Amino acid sequence: MGLPYWAMILFAIASMAIVGMVAERIVLRPVLGYPAFTVVMITIGLGYVLRGVVTMVPGWGTETYALRTPFSEGILKLGDVVLAVQQLAVIGMTALLCFVLYLFFRFSRIGIAMQATSQNQLAAYYMGIPVRRVNMMIWGLSAAVAAFAGILLAPVTFVHSNMGFIGLKAFPAAVVGGFGSVPGSIVGGLIIGLVEALAGFYLPEGFKDVAAYVVVLVVLLVWPSGIFGETVRKKV
Amino acid sequence: MSFFKVEQLGIRFGGVVAVNDVSFEVNRGEVFTIIGPNGAGKTTIFNLVGLIYPPTSGRIEFEGRELTGMAPHRVAEFGIARTFQNIELFEHASVLQNLLIGRHRHRATSLWQELLFLPSVRRREIEAREAVEKVIDFLELAKYRDSLVAGLPYGVRKVVELGRALATEPKLLLLDEPSSGLNPEETDDMAFWIEDIKKLLGITVLMVEHDMNLVSRVSDRVLALNMGEVIAEGTAAEVQSHPAVIEAYLGGAVK
Ligand SMILES: Nc1ncnc2c1ncn2[C@@H]1O[C@H](COP(=O)(O)OP(=O)(O)OP(=O)(O)O)[C@@H](O)[C@H]1O
Ligand SMILES: [Mg+2]
Repeated sequence: MGLPYWAMILFAIASMAIVGMVAERIVLRPVLGYPAFTVVMITIGLGYVLRGVVTMVPGWGTETYALRTPFSEGILKLGDVVLAVQQLAVIGMTALLCFVLYLFFRFSRIGIAMQATSQNQLAAYYMGIPVRRVNMMIWGLSAAVAAFAGILLAPVTFVHSNMGFIGLKAFPAAVVGGFGSVPGSIVGGLIIGLVEALAGFYLPEGFKDVAAYVVVLVVLLVWPSGIFGETVRKKV
Repeated sequence: MSFFKVEQLGIRFGGVVAVNDVSFEVNRGEVFTIIGPNGAGKTTIFNLVGLIYPPTSGRIEFEGRELTGMAPHRVAEFGIARTFQNIELFEHASVLQNLLIGRHRHRATSLWQELLFLPSVRRREIEAREAVEKVIDFLELAKYRDSLVAGLPYGVRKVVELGRALATEPKLLLLDEPSSGLNPEETDDMAFWIEDIKKLLGITVLMVEHDMNLVSRVSDRVLALNMGEVIAEGTAAEVQSHPAVIEAYLGGAVK
């Protein structure tokens, strides 16, 4: 669109936040109070529909695009190690995003209200939390974070309509780290990423693709609720 | 002006008339108890007061202001808190965090103030923490302060839920079967707390309870409900010996 990179980032994040809120209002509000599984299935379905629509738009379609960033091309040499400036920037921005999200959920009144709402809507109402409005903000925030993640990913994988499927890798990372824990998902992501890279290098062809799931199995055997998951023993 | 008033309240779920033409008034500072056999509509009345369901007919008034028709999250703002028959806690949070969420409506700081770490934000946080510590002392929850709720025994979870309701600093506290699932010793503690909530904290209590010992001990007035309708009202002794009440409980036992 000819906008500078930073303006474009802000624009993309803001518009995705609105898309998230509209999706909540139209598609998810009607199932407020239903089990989480319903919501998961609806969002998966919505994802398929949106991908389908995007591939039909002339000029976007199934093409792959490159995203130019102010960081492109540069290389940093540290002794024998060669690092692409761009990838360093992506890692740095990811770390920053995680830190900001952590502070937001840990300390801000609205972040805490979001957690309360996701744990128990009925109780949240009685705490004076406007559950519907908070839900809408949760979806807005999720979509904005997804947009930011997409922008960070774009220089690495290029832009195409199926780039969201990398999210499937996030699932084992979240399981390994422990669902619902921000530090956990970072550690989980690092473990999965490292194991995958090492498996790709040292093990025969094909092991790279199953490595993540082997890690999930092993971790769940040792820590049933993930490394950073809360350990709750149910009384029988 | 009455403190809390329910007028000709009614709700139907499809063909089931769960609550029909129920009217009563609760005075400031008393413990008012609703009894009745299973399925009488007691919890449904709480859900109506909590604006979880819109009534099919009738109205609810609190301190002269009409509640019916408002958004459910505003109930807390009016100074009404509640516990649930089947404990509704924030399971993946600690006891302290659960009670702190009770302070939500008192922490009127905006995200911008929080981002800037303004002194007012810090002050509010300290206030919240102090208020919560008082509740922890009152209910003797100190040793569970940092425990995760999901792992606690049932009796303790029940007390945590009471604590979270108290942390909101209510004027009217709704307790749905506070003694259910508690052992005799825990029930005795609960009775003491309800008495103290009324006398020391000056909070009005509207309670649903099956344990008639507890009911007689703490209630100023009792209302008996059967099949969604009021069948008797008076002191605990009066209501217990009322023919319609005996009939309702025996009828339930025979069924
Ligand atoms: N959401 C609902 N949908 C349909 N029917 C309902 C709903 N809530 C309550 N009912 C019905 O309303 C009637 C009263 O239920 P309620 O839960 O108020 O009883 P209760 O007096 O609290 O009983 P208990 O002592 O068992 O808790 C029951 O017949 C119940 O099945
Ligand atoms: Mg009930």
